[in-house]
Amino acid sequence: MEFTVRACSGHGRVGSLRLASGLEFETPSLLMITRRGLPVVIPPEMLMDLHPDSRACQFTPMHFLEDPLAAVVAKAGGVHKLASLTGFAMVAVARDSLGNEIAGEEASNLGASFETSSGRRIVGLEKYMEVVNACKPDLWVSLPDEVPHWVPEKRNRESVDHTSQWLDHCLSLQHAEHGNRCLGVVVGAGSLEERARSAEQAATRNVAGFSLAGFGLGEDVAQRGFHLEVAIAKLPNDKLRHVCGLGSPEEVLQAVGAGIDLLDSTYPYMLTKECLAMTFPLKMEVPLRNADRDMQPTPDHGVASGFSLAKVNLRSATYGGGRIDETPLVTGCKCYTCKRHTKVYINQLLNSNETLAQTLLEIHNTYHYLEFFKAIRESIKADKFHEFRTWFTSQRVFGMTYDVSESFVA
Amino acid sequence: MNWPRALLTDSGGFQMVSLLHLADITEEGVTFQSPVDGKPMLLTPEDSIQIQNKIGADIIMALDDVVKTTTTGPRVEEAMYRTLRWIDRCIAAHSRPHEQNLFGIVQGGLDPQLRDICLEGLVARNLPGYAIGGLAGGEGKDAFWRVVAQCTAGLPEDKPRYVMGIGFPLDIVVCTALGADMYDCVYPTRTARFGSALVSEGVLRLTHAAMATDYRPLDSSCTCMVCKRYTRAYLHTLVTKEAMGSQLVSYHNISHMMQLSRNLHSSILEGRFPE
Repeated sequence: MEFTVRACSGHGRVGSLRLASGLEFETPSLLMITRRGLPVVIPPEMLMDLHPDSRACQFTPMHFLEDPLAAVVAKAGGVHKLASLTGFAMVAVARDSLGNEIAGEEASNLGASFETSSGRRIVGLEKYMEVVNACKPDLWVSLPDEVPHWVPEKRNRESVDHTSQWLDHCLSLQHAEHGNRCLGVVVGAGSLEERARSAEQAATRNVAGFSLAGFGLGEDVAQRGFHLEVAIAKLPNDKLRHVCGLGSPEEVLQAVGAGIDLLDSTYPYMLTKECLAMTFPLKMEVPLRNADRDMQPTPDHGVASGFSLAKVNLRSATYGGGRIDETPLVTGCKCYTCKRHTKVYINQLLNSNETLAQTLLEIHNTYHYLEFFKAIRESIKADKFHEFRTWFTSQRVFGMTYDVSESFVA
Repeated sequence: MNWPRALLTDSGGFQMVSLLHLADITEEGVTFQSPVDGKPMLLTPEDSIQIQNKIGADIIMALDDVVKTTTTGPRVEEAMYRTLRWIDRCIAAHSRPHEQNLFGIVQGGLDPQLRDICLEGLVARNLPGYAIGGLAGGEGKDAFWRVVAQCTAGLPEDKPRYVMGIGFPLDIVVCTALGADMYDCVYPTRTARFGSALVSEGVLRLTHAAMATDYRPLDSSCTCMVCKRYTRAYLHTLVTKEAMGSQLVSYHNISHMMQLSRNLHSSILEGRFPE
C-alpha cells in the first residue's frame, strides 16, 4: 500500500492512495456505506458505474461476528469475494455509523462494548482480529475503546490506555501476508492532553495510518476542531488519516481542513431515508439565483432551489395545488437517476410506497456527495480550499436539500 | 417512467376481489373506500379507461366485474353479464384505439355455460386481444385447467390470450400447453421478499438453516447476476434482514421467469415443447 501527498492547501491535502490490490484513488475520499458487505439499497452491479470515484466502501466487522455470516465470509475468502466487490476498496471500521450509539460505558481490559445483531456485547481482541483477518479488508481500524466527551476523566484516560494496548495487540494478531493495513485508533475525547497522548502513542506504531475516534457524539464544533488539530499535529504527515463519526458536509469540510484523508459518511443515506435529495451547488463560480436569496423558508414550500428540511408524512394524500415538476433532482447532474427520471416520478414512487424511490434517491445522493468530495479535492489542488469552505458554509443557509416527498401534482 | 419497452395497465378490476370488504359494486361502477384517506371513491368503466388512456400503456384492460371462483349462485352470472355490458362502455370511452390495445376479460366463474356466453360476447366485439380472468383465486387445479382450456378453445387463434394472475412456473407451463400467451403475477417478487428463490428443481427456502452452509449458487443452470456472484449461504444471511436480500432474490426470481418464458418460446418454435 502506498500513500503519497500530492498537494496541500492549509492543512488540507490531496493524496494518492494505491492499495496492494492495485486499485488507486485520490484522497480526501468518501467511503460508501455497506451493511453485511453490500450497499444498503444500491444494486451492487450498479456500484462500479455509479460515479468515476465510486470505488471505496466501508464495512463493519461487527456485522460479521456471528455465524453463519462469520463462517460464510471466511469460506468465501474475504469480504471482497463474499460481496462480489473485487476491484473495490473495502475498509473495516469498527463503529457502525448506521447503527447504534456509543455509550462509552462498558469496557474491560478484554474488549469494548458494541451493539450487534444479538444485542450489546463485549467484543474481545482475539474475536475482533479473527473477523478482520477473515474479511481481508484493504485497510482496517484497530479495536477502539471509543468514549464520548462527557465521560469522567478517569474513564477517558482508561480509553486512551486500552486503545493503545489494543492497537499493539491487534498488530500482533494481523496476518503478515496481508501487509501493513492497520489504521491505529486515536481517542481522548474529553481532554486535549489525553488526545495528544493517544496520538503520540499511536504515532510510534508501525501502522499504515490512523483513525481518529470519539467524534460525532454531540461534541461542540469548536472543541472538535481543537481535538482534530491536536491529534493530527502529533501524527506523521505521510500516513493516512481517517475519522469516523463525521459525515455531514460541514463536518467533512472541518475534517479535511484539519488534514483528514478518508471519511465514511451516512449523510447521503440519511437524506434518502427522509426522502430528501441532495441539491447543494458544487461550484463556487455559480451564483445563487436571486429567488433563493429572497425566499422565506416555510415548511410546505418545496421549490427546486433546494429547500425544506421539514419532514413530510409519506402516506399523506395529495398536498393540494401544485405544479408538475418534470425536471430532474438536480439539473445537469449526470447520475443514473437524473439522466432518466424526474422529481414528480420519484414523488409518485414515494407516494406509492415503492422502494425504487429509495434506490433512485440513494444513487443520486451518493453521486452528488462524491462530486462534493471531488470539488473539495479540486479546491485543494488550486490552493483554494479555505475559500471553498467559506463559500460553501455561507450558502448553506439557503438549504441543502430537496424534499421529494412533497407533491408537485395538482 | 422512462421505460422504452412494452407496458400493460390493468383496469382496477382485480382490486374489487382483493379488497371486496371495502367495495360496493353497482351497474354504474365500483365504489371503493380509499385506502389512503377512507373517503369513498367510485371507479366506472369510463374512469378506468380514461386513466389508462392517460397513462398510455400499449395494452389496456377493460374494467370487468370479477368474483371469487369460490363464489356460487346468481352473483357469478350477474358479474358475467355486467362484464359484457361494461366492455361496451369501455370501448366507447377508449379515446386512443389506434395506439392502445383494449383487451376484454372473459368471466363466468367455473361455470362452462356462463364462460361460453362471455366468450361469444367478447369475440363478437372483435377486440385486439383477450384475457382469461377470474381465476387464480383458490379454485382447485382441475377446475382451473378446465376453464383455461375452454377459454383458449373459444378465443380466436390469431390474437393474444392473457391468463391473469398466474405466476407459479408449473401453472404457466400448463397454460402455455393449453394455448395461452401472456401472464402476470406478483408471485416471483413476493416470494423473494419472503426469502424463497425459484430454481429449476422448485422453490428454495433460503431461510432454512441448511442454507447457511450451502455454498452453491441459487440455481446452477441460471446465468443471472445473482447466481454468478452470490452463494446460497450469503443470501441466507441477507434475506429478511437486509433490503438488499429481497432485491437480490427478486432479481434472480425475475430472471428465472424470463428464462422460463424463453425456454417455452424456443421449445415451441423448435417443435420440442412436449419434452
